[in-house]
Amino acid sequence: MTQRINRRRFNQALAAAGALGAFSPFGIVRAQSAKLKVGVLLPRSGVQAGIGQDCHRVVQITGGLLSDLGLPGLDIMNGDTESNVDVARSRAERLISEGAQLLVGAFDSGQTTAIAQVAEQRGIPLVINIAAAPPITEQGYKFVFRNFATAPMILGDAFANQLEVFSLTGVAPKTAVFMHVNDTFGVAMQKGFTGVMSKFTMPYKVAQTIAYDPAARDLSVEVAKARASGAEALIMVSRLNDAILITRELVKQRWSPSAVLSMGPGWYEDQYLKTLGKLGDGPISFVPWYDPNKKLAKQLEAAHAKAFPDINLNTNHIYTFEALLVAADAYKRAGSADPKALADAIRATNIKDNVSTGPGIQFNAKGQNDKLKNSAIQNRGGKLVVVAPKAASNAKPELPMKAYDKR
Amino acid sequence: MIARLLEDVPRRGLVALAALFALLLVFPYFASGYLLSVGFLILYFAYVGQAWNVMMGFAGQLSLGHSLYVGLGAYAAAALYVHFGVSPWIGLGMSIVICVLAGAVIGFLAFRFGVAGVYFAILTIAFAEFARIGFDHFRWVQGSSGFFLPVANYTENDLWNLRGSPRMFYYLMLGMTAGAFVLCHALLRSRMGYYWLAIRESPEAAQALGVNVFRYKMVAVVISAAMTSLAGVVFAFYYNNLFPEQIFHISRSIELILGPIIGGIGTLVGPLVGAFLLTGLAEGLRELMLQLGIDVPGVKQVFYGFCLLLVVVFLPHGVWPPLARVLGLERKG
Amino acid sequence: MPIEIYLNVAASGLLTGLVYGLMALGLSVIFGVVRVVNFAHGEMMTLAMYLTLVLFGATKLDPLILMVPIAAVLFVLGYLLQLGLINPFINRPEHSQFMLLVALALILVNLQLIVFGPDAQGIRTAYSFDSFQLGPLIVDASKVYAALAALVVAGALFSFFRFTLLGKAIRACADNYDGARVVGLNVKQLYALTFGIGAACVGAAGAMLMVVGDVTPTIGPAYTLLAFVIVITGGLGSMPGALLGGLLIGLTEALGGVLFSPSAKSMFAFGLLVLVLLFRPQGILGRKAA
Repeated sequence: MTQRINRRRFNQALAAAGALGAFSPFGIVRAQSAKLKVGVLLPRSGVQAGIGQDCHRVVQITGGLLSDLGLPGLDIMNGDTESNVDVARSRAERLISEGAQLLVGAFDSGQTTAIAQVAEQRGIPLVINIAAAPPITEQGYKFVFRNFATAPMILGDAFANQLEVFSLTGVAPKTAVFMHVNDTFGVAMQKGFTGVMSKFTMPYKVAQTIAYDPAARDLSVEVAKARASGAEALIMVSRLNDAILITRELVKQRWSPSAVLSMGPGWYEDQYLKTLGKLGDGPISFVPWYDPNKKLAKQLEAAHAKAFPDINLNTNHIYTFEALLVAADAYKRAGSADPKALADAIRATNIKDNVSTGPGIQFNAKGQNDKLKNSAIQNRGGKLVVVAPKAASNAKPELPMKAYDKR
Repeated sequence: MIARLLEDVPRRGLVALAALFALLLVFPYFASGYLLSVGFLILYFAYVGQAWNVMMGFAGQLSLGHSLYVGLGAYAAAALYVHFGVSPWIGLGMSIVICVLAGAVIGFLAFRFGVAGVYFAILTIAFAEFARIGFDHFRWVQGSSGFFLPVANYTENDLWNLRGSPRMFYYLMLGMTAGAFVLCHALLRSRMGYYWLAIRESPEAAQALGVNVFRYKMVAVVISAAMTSLAGVVFAFYYNNLFPEQIFHISRSIELILGPIIGGIGTLVGPLVGAFLLTGLAEGLRELMLQLGIDVPGVKQVFYGFCLLLVVVFLPHGVWPPLARVLGLERKG
Repeated sequence: MPIEIYLNVAASGLLTGLVYGLMALGLSVIFGVVRVVNFAHGEMMTLAMYLTLVLFGATKLDPLILMVPIAAVLFVLGYLLQLGLINPFINRPEHSQFMLLVALALILVNLQLIVFGPDAQGIRTAYSFDSFQLGPLIVDASKVYAALAALVVAGALFSFFRFTLLGKAIRACADNYDGARVVGLNVKQLYALTFGIGAACVGAAGAMLMVVGDVTPTIGPAYTLLAFVIVITGGLGSMPGALLGGLLIGLTEALGGVLFSPSAKSMFAFGLLVLVLLFRPQGILGRKAA
């Protein structure tokens, strides 16, 4: 006899399944030899898929590195936020109900905020790998930690590093045009720009600020406007596709700024270097980066190069790795997987032997690592070199940028 | 009045509805956090699908830019709360006013100038895009860098300020969806409902019979806009952050109309069935991928697309009409 | 700002507009004749762009030459799609057509994501970075070549519809469906052919756009919207209208961007669309509906 499935029965079955799920144990104290269950939430499909998948690469090689450091193993549970805030939230809930004892994610500020709320409500620690919107750590959360620079931090270090670069090369532009993408990060950077710049004595004045649509297919108008401003240097906050488009326009419209100073993604990424070849040399990016002189950084670089020979180690990899490092380190010190103990352990984190630039990983009362420093990297010969700050560099900066038509 | 509302609804239907409602009431006590969040999503899409259905199913106007009302409603209430501390229950008044105005403008422009069918749909898209780009530059609500609502503690439920646990939001959404259901039922039963039917079937005949087509189309648009704005208010306070790129995006508009179209346009139960099926399908597919160990991003969406395709091709009127027949819940006469 | 800037920007806008116009032409043909609202138009173009990428990788031939096989492939695809899937939907309400094509678009986008990955990929030709200097004007070489190719294809299409028997038959279908059937035309076949031709246009446009930019799996919807805006502005059922619409939209966006804020330049295209919808719904070159 066939069972008639009607909505009522289906709902009952669902409720029963839910009842089972509600009793699934999480937060139970486990022995140290057991791995920590870490839910990693990244946008691996949808509009942000490129970055999410890039972050995911390093997740695959983290295990070996952590065990080399004598840290406990992590049982990684992957979640795809699909670049969508609804999905991000329900995936976070799903991972927790499946036993995730700690969450890492999620690149996009909106999705990260949604996940942060879930984490806070359930009392599960969230270690943010990348998300630059300041408000996330201003909410008074006790379970949310961010080991990534906020937009004002990135700006401050950008100006400081620029001054260093100018003094090392003896080149200081007198005028600049500031072009930024009109999205979360771009606008956050633009808002803080004037305020943070006033704290430094920069040699240039910003002749014009140009915002462009993130969905723009064609940036010839924007570049034409920038060129028309007569500025010597081009200051950028863009993303990968825009960086390539803009560089193409610079070449085609025959404008070679004395310096391209980028304070965001794009200008140093593999796709940029590969697509533009020698036309991609010269721009300096002021971004969260790794310190090439640190031991762990060298180890990560080597492991990464072995697993992904064609891909440079970049911000996505570094900070996702560090988030997992924080998780493993906290687990070791806490001695248990109890979420409250983990959160307290994370708050007491003090990792000096890390990968990113700066004194190490520590969190202030708001859960933010405010000691992070950002670096300056330059494209040279199809590769990247770190040119500032001096203590964390491996090359000297070169300015002015060689004109495009002379390459 | 209740008797009038209930007349000629099949007894089985009433029993089924009552049972469903009871189940939904007790659901949070059985459900894990995950299932609760899925339940919320289902109710949200059921509600907003119902609101869209008023315009499409009742008055026959295809709106592909409904995210406009969600966004306007969300930003209005959120801005009043963040800048002036106004409770969302009062703020929603502003949301409704703004969305009614927006809907009225769009409706007026469209109906007075005879913009219909696909052209109307494109017009609605244009307005949603306008809002997206406009809000990107709207500094008072932080533009594209995102508008964050300050999040308070989670131990207490503050219903007045809509700060609280997911369970509170679930019940809020349940109340709204039930209310929308009853409201739409009443609307369909009223004289206006019959005018809408006439307009949907043949606008020229309706006009000839003396029905003020323009006025009733406008009413449908305005009601739909107002209802949708409330969904925006809940969205703002549930997620606590708003980005124009996301909330006004055309993918959001498409997302919220999938439910009613799959469920069955013009029917009362269609949007609920559609929301349940689609959200269930999405989550089910994700689980399936997990069980099969497939960790390739994009695979779930491909299967999802195929399922949509199958429903559209083989069930042109949606899932509910044939389902209703099978369950014996068809309205007689 | 010096006048050259405006001239340069206008020239650039017009050239890009021509290529967009060709893409919109495909939509105009499909919508104008078959009356199907092709919401997967942008995704079809993305597919063409990826095909160009693959063929370029294999043969190293210039995309403007690859345009021919790509258009052929897309023609077959469009033909089969119409015959196999879309045909029963012609008389169904718009929302059903919309759903069908949205589902198709979803499948296409994610298949492309799975196969090609999310990163932007492009083609580098010998002239990728060239520009012509004519006095104060600096004009992007790839845009010029793409625009010329668009004109050639559009010209071919016009001649097809005007001078060949098949073309006339298709126009007859569009003008008078019942009359066409009475006269004995196999309308189903002709519809499939038309969809194929529309798809071929999109294919050619995709190959041209690869000369000018990069492709990612998610750029489809923006192009679909753009195609609709152009077709409605220029005039449904009018082929010169589609090209004119493309030119206008290209120009509006460019000038809007340079005069006001580039980040709001899309608003001008939408503004133009709303004005056309209100005051001249048949579009600039369209004929009023019978």
